[in-house]
Amino acid sequence: MVKHAKPKGFYDQFLRKAPEGGPAAGTTHYCPGCGHGTVHKLIAEAIEDMNIKDRTIFLSPVGCSVFAYYYMDAGNIQCAHGRAPAVGTGASRTREDAIVISYQGDGDLAGIGTAEIIHAANRGENMAVFFVNNAIYGMTGGQLAPTTLLGQTTATTPFGRLEEREGKPIHMAEVVSTLEGPVYVERTTLSDARGVMKTRKAIRKALLNQVEHRGFSFVEILSPCPIGWKMAPVQARSWMKDNLEPVYEVKQFRNIEDKIRKSGRLPEADDAALLDMLVPKMEETALETSILDSEKRIKIAGFGGQGVLSAGTLLANAAIAEGLEATWLPSYGAEMRGGTANASVVLSSLPVGSPVVSSPTALLAMNGPSLDSFESAVVPGGLIVVNSSLVKRKVDRDDVRVIYAPVSAIASEVGFLKGANIVMLALYLFESGAPGIDALKSVLPKLIKKSELVELNLKLIKRAEEFYAAV
Amino acid sequence: MTKTLIKGNHAIVRGALLGGATHFFGYPITPASEIAHGAADLFTRSGRTFLQAESETSAINMIYGAAAAGARVMTASSGPGVSLMLEGISYLAGSELPAVIVDVQRAGPGLGNIWPEQTDYNMCCKGGGHGAFRNIVLAPASGQEMTDFAYKAFDLADKWRMTVIILSDAYIGQMMEPVGFPSEVKHGQRKDWAVYGDAESRENLLTSIIMNQKGLSEFNEKLQAKYRRVEAEIVDWEEIQTEDSDYLLVAFGITSRIAATAVRMLREEGIKVGLFRPRTLWPFPSARLAELGESVKSIGVAELNDGMMADDVDLAVKGKCPVDRFNWFGGYVPSAEELVEKVKEAFNG
Ligand SMILES: Cc1ncc(C[n+]2csc(CCOP(=O)(O)OP(=O)(O)O)c2C)c(N)n1
Ligand code: SF4
Repeated sequence: MVKHAKPKGFYDQFLRKAPEGGPAAGTTHYCPGCGHGTVHKLIAEAIEDMNIKDRTIFLSPVGCSVFAYYYMDAGNIQCAHGRAPAVGTGASRTREDAIVISYQGDGDLAGIGTAEIIHAANRGENMAVFFVNNAIYGMTGGQLAPTTLLGQTTATTPFGRLEEREGKPIHMAEVVSTLEGPVYVERTTLSDARGVMKTRKAIRKALLNQVEHRGFSFVEILSPCPIGWKMAPVQARSWMKDNLEPVYEVKQFRNIEDKIRKSGRLPEADDAALLDMLVPKMEETALETSILDSEKRIKIAGFGGQGVLSAGTLLANAAIAEGLEATWLPSYGAEMRGGTANASVVLSSLPVGSPVVSSPTALLAMNGPSLDSFESAVVPGGLIVVNSSLVKRKVDRDDVRVIYAPVSAIASEVGFLKGANIVMLALYLFESGAPGIDALKSVLPKLIKKSELVELNLKLIKRAEEFYAAV
Repeated sequence: MTKTLIKGNHAIVRGALLGGATHFFGYPITPASEIAHGAADLFTRSGRTFLQAESETSAINMIYGAAAAGARVMTASSGPGVSLMLEGISYLAGSELPAVIVDVQRAGPGLGNIWPEQTDYNMCCKGGGHGAFRNIVLAPASGQEMTDFAYKAFDLADKWRMTVIILSDAYIGQMMEPVGFPSEVKHGQRKDWAVYGDAESRENLLTSIIMNQKGLSEFNEKLQAKYRRVEAEIVDWEEIQTEDSDYLLVAFGITSRIAATAVRMLREEGIKVGLFRPRTLWPFPSARLAELGESVKSIGVAELNDGMMADDVDLAVKGKCPVDRFNWFGGYVPSAEELVEKVKEAFNG
């Protein structure tokens, strides 16, 4: 039988409830005949008997049991309505040896917090969930719960729960046991002394699973709410037997005892290893710092797959190697899905202001649509390099310098069509002079790890140089 | 210090880990997903914890649990996700838990689009959820600041027991820039209020419910007093050519980059313009703006929203000078030339 003296897992005096002490500090805030008090006691005794007080993190929900921390002599965290399984996930992944207990009502767990409980269960989080199902929202004044029975009247189902309107009661223990994560799922009842004893056993079993690191345990406890049900405590218990238990089968759904939940975490990197992982090692280059009189704004545009974004990063890296400031901004997301891509690169001797290139000083057009899109935006006196392998038309502007270069053809002659972007970039560097081609050559081996590819790229640069010399 | 060309969204993960972050809980959303990608790689490989949550609601509550258990914890999201987190952010404030949230802003309302806007300003700077609370809001304008702010955010969060929001945007996140990284790893210290699930911390309770009016009123007074101290201690901003300026542009994040170029262009035309760039949006640098409001002829606030920061500038200068508003929405980011035109129109017109 349940001991009637105050269990040791409770505080001696409930000073969080009644700071001034006195008789109020000796009683709970629950209504007479409420099941919460019983479940609290069973948990508190178990914590004490199993000697896990100093390892326990107890999560209080929002509901009548919001003040569970008045009583539980453990580390206490009060959670937002329905979110305790997520809070518990955060806590148990921070303190892997802690015994994490999530205590929740049916509004909290089966209503607002369904996503959290399902996913915590599915991940098999290391926690014990005690789900107090009283078929009603107690705290807020007796409204419909997801577990309210058909025909049951509540403050928000004054004519009784109707299947056509509110649907049927939800069976959380069954739902949770469809998932593979939990190791232990059981439904118990507080309708009589035998049920209480079974609940006691189930609670201990769930906590033992925590101690043994077995993973996720779920105990649904059918529990009376005499006030919400508008019944006397004795009547409430017989209503449970006659009405609640036929709908919610009292049984064990799962009990896996041979599982240990391993930590998914790798060994923790120390400071040196972390720095090594995070801080890229870039040797200073021996290149001379170049000076730009004015900002250069380059738009590199083409089909996705033509390497316009990587040409942009190479350009920006080359600029940095020469001591310039640089920004690189990609087109991205939905825009990429249309099959076109562009990179905006801004180079300057001063800190770069806007990274947005709306009026390029140079346009590197890898295909026709790119020329169509950006030709008119190029500043007077600017530069347009056109991939004449793919773009058949001429540039309409007569106030810009234009280089027509069959960069795709040049690249495929070298046997590396994908390198057309490098030919294009090299032409730009020969034309602009800052950054210079040496800067590109110096960053290639750092950014391209495969030495054959570096070789190919150097070959492409050579071909670009020959082409440039001829124009 | 040699610098690496790196995306803001990638740099911030490194800054955070070097700043002592141990846990990342997040849910993917463009344009913040790259932060989750980087965290999934680097937090995991370094033996820290990365977990993809089932929603932003869950992510923020995982943060609540990890922070309560003493972790240095973060997430990254964008408008729709941060909207979902607001209940949790309010609970963090109510329990005075430290956390770091990166908001890589996109355009709204609703699903909007994935281009930059600065319309999460009010949501982040005014608390956002229910109750009278504040978050520390840092506004990076470069890849370097994405790194540096993430590096210091966990110290700030721990020191003040507050949520620190790094309010970035799609461009600052997507942009690559040269970035230098700190060479020292920070670590969080044991917190005497946290719930570790051990003997020493057994007495501790983290909760935000205080049923009696007097108690909750006192708690709120205490929070407000803390916020006043934070305002006095950490407010931060940058000024460019404000000494002799007739016209003062005020802008943050990506817009401040555009404004910096506009200032250069306007100065070339002989118009004396300066730039005031808040690095902290809460606390807002009101006192300094009030001073500048006395010395300049006009102020213009450029932002990718409907004038959310301009409201704060108005409050700061209290009518000492006119405050023009230059606003863009929808993910459209103006060029410096456009801003120059707007300033000329407002100033000469
Ligand atoms: C976001 C949010 N919505 C609503 C509430 C109001 N509320 C508090 S408790 C509760 C229902 C509690 O019912 P249950 O979980 O069944 O617990 P019981 O009180 O019956 O033990 C509700 C709706 C809240 N606190 N937060
Ligand atoms: S309202 Fe119901 S659940 Fe709440 S304390 Fe009273 S009897 Fe218990």
